[in-house]
Amino acid sequence: MSDKRTIPAPHVEEETRPYWEGLRDGKLLVKHCRTCEAAHHYPRSFCPHCGSDDTYFKESDGRGKIYSYSVFRAVPEPYAIAYVTLAGTDISMMTNIVNCDLDRLAIGQEVKLCIVDTEGDGPPVPMFEPV
Amino acid sequence: MTLKGKAYIAGAYEHPTRKAADKSLAQLHAEVAKGALEDAGLTKDDVDGYFCAGDAPGLGGLSMIDYMGLKLRHIDTTETGGSSYVIHVAHAAQAIAEGKCKIALITLAGKPRSSGEATGTKPRNYGNDSPDVAFELPFGPTIVNNYAMCAHRHMYEFGTTSEQLAWIKVAASHHAQHNPNAMLQKVVTVEDVIGSPVIADPLHRLDCCVISDGGGALVVVAPEIAAKLDRPKVRIIGAGEAPKHQMGGRVDLTYSAAAASGPAAFAEAGVRPSDIKYASIYDSFTITVLIQLEDLGFCAKGEGGKFVSDGNLISGVGKLPFNTDGGGLCNNHPGNRGGITKVIEAVRQLRGEAHPAVQVANCDLALAHGTGGSLGTRHAAGTVILERVE
Repeated sequence: MSDKRTIPAPHVEEETRPYWEGLRDGKLLVKHCRTCEAAHHYPRSFCPHCGSDDTYFKESDGRGKIYSYSVFRAVPEPYAIAYVTLAGTDISMMTNIVNCDLDRLAIGQEVKLCIVDTEGDGPPVPMFEPV
Repeated sequence: MTLKGKAYIAGAYEHPTRKAADKSLAQLHAEVAKGALEDAGLTKDDVDGYFCAGDAPGLGGLSMIDYMGLKLRHIDTTETGGSSYVIHVAHAAQAIAEGKCKIALITLAGKPRSSGEATGTKPRNYGNDSPDVAFELPFGPTIVNNYAMCAHRHMYEFGTTSEQLAWIKVAASHHAQHNPNAMLQKVVTVEDVIGSPVIADPLHRLDCCVISDGGGALVVVAPEIAAKLDRPKVRIIGAGEAPKHQMGGRVDLTYSAAAASGPAAFAEAGVRPSDIKYASIYDSFTITVLIQLEDLGFCAKGEGGKFVSDGNLISGVGKLPFNTDGGGLCNNHPGNRGGITKVIEAVRQLRGEAHPAVQVANCDLALAHGTGGSLGTRHAAGTVILERVE
């Protein structure tokens, strides 16, 4: 058995399929609300801020800043989990910071989108790497 | 309508086991039920209300009611993880105030230790129907790294240090040395905590609670029942409960749901944080304690690090004695759920039945607080305020 962490394939519902298809096309799509204009994550049919069901996906530029992070060291291959705040929004998403020196991460650090494959033929997931 | 003064905690029991491979889960629930009922001077035939959460085997509470042969008028299986049992105390008091039952039994039991469960370090999968799972599980979220992100953000915003967090464990260990059932009875220093291996930055092994088998139970009764029982009287005078989540992505890891449950409980009780003589504070991790102490109003937001330092949580030393049984950090975290032991130790303190080395003098007002779920994603808090009456 490899020490390398396998990334479980996310379960795709029809509700979230465009998000996953977007990632297959190299895009990070963020749900927005036509009623209150706010962004939200993870994507839902209903805006969690105002309750409207008039929501749509909009492409993010893939830039963000680390809101918080933790390097998990109790495994053979440590990895960094983080919340990244997406540029131009007030929302943060759970993710991993990759392609980095795990000992030199910092809150506030600027990062950019890095789409990473998952197990089997599941859709890829959005991770981030230092700018 | 208020629950203030409408119900009493008449029975409390913590199972002495910390490893129970030879017992069934239902048996553990029944053993703690028997312990709490005997403590109150009641029997299972007196019980007319039952409360349990997701740790109970079977569908809701039905299997346990069947196993124990309870005949009930009221059942409540509110599930908020480790805080469930604090919320059950409040719900039992509400049910009693409404005349739905008179003698309510609350049980918790679990066996994560003997089943070898990697409680804090293995990502938990709540299933594909849970709408958040696809957007979190790929990133390896564990209980420890989730709380660790809260700790990091708190350090970033307020300058909190690992040494300050370590003081919380040091205080718990000072109390646990007097508890013969505690899993970790050795007194530790700030250096010991910081020198223990990092599990998830910035949390060390000794910032984390124990993994234990066991359980606990409580009996909540109507005033006319309490009046007939030959036990010190512990009255429920205030309660609050609140959930907190990611707010559609507007994540703020610096505070917990205690910021809502605490003020609600204090308002109902008509007392202030500075009136509290003893506090049981949920201690899944050191950071959990620090954030909750701030949110409950024992100190200002951001001042928690300073507040917990220099033994301020040690009974007989500091201003706010906490978790005098050793808490989840040293004593017991049965079934990965520490809420019931928080209430049990508060009851011991109010009765004057805590270990003499940690008993708070004239302890007539106590608070018990729980957090269930994960602090950095979705959790729920329960706060109860209890007083001793003659």
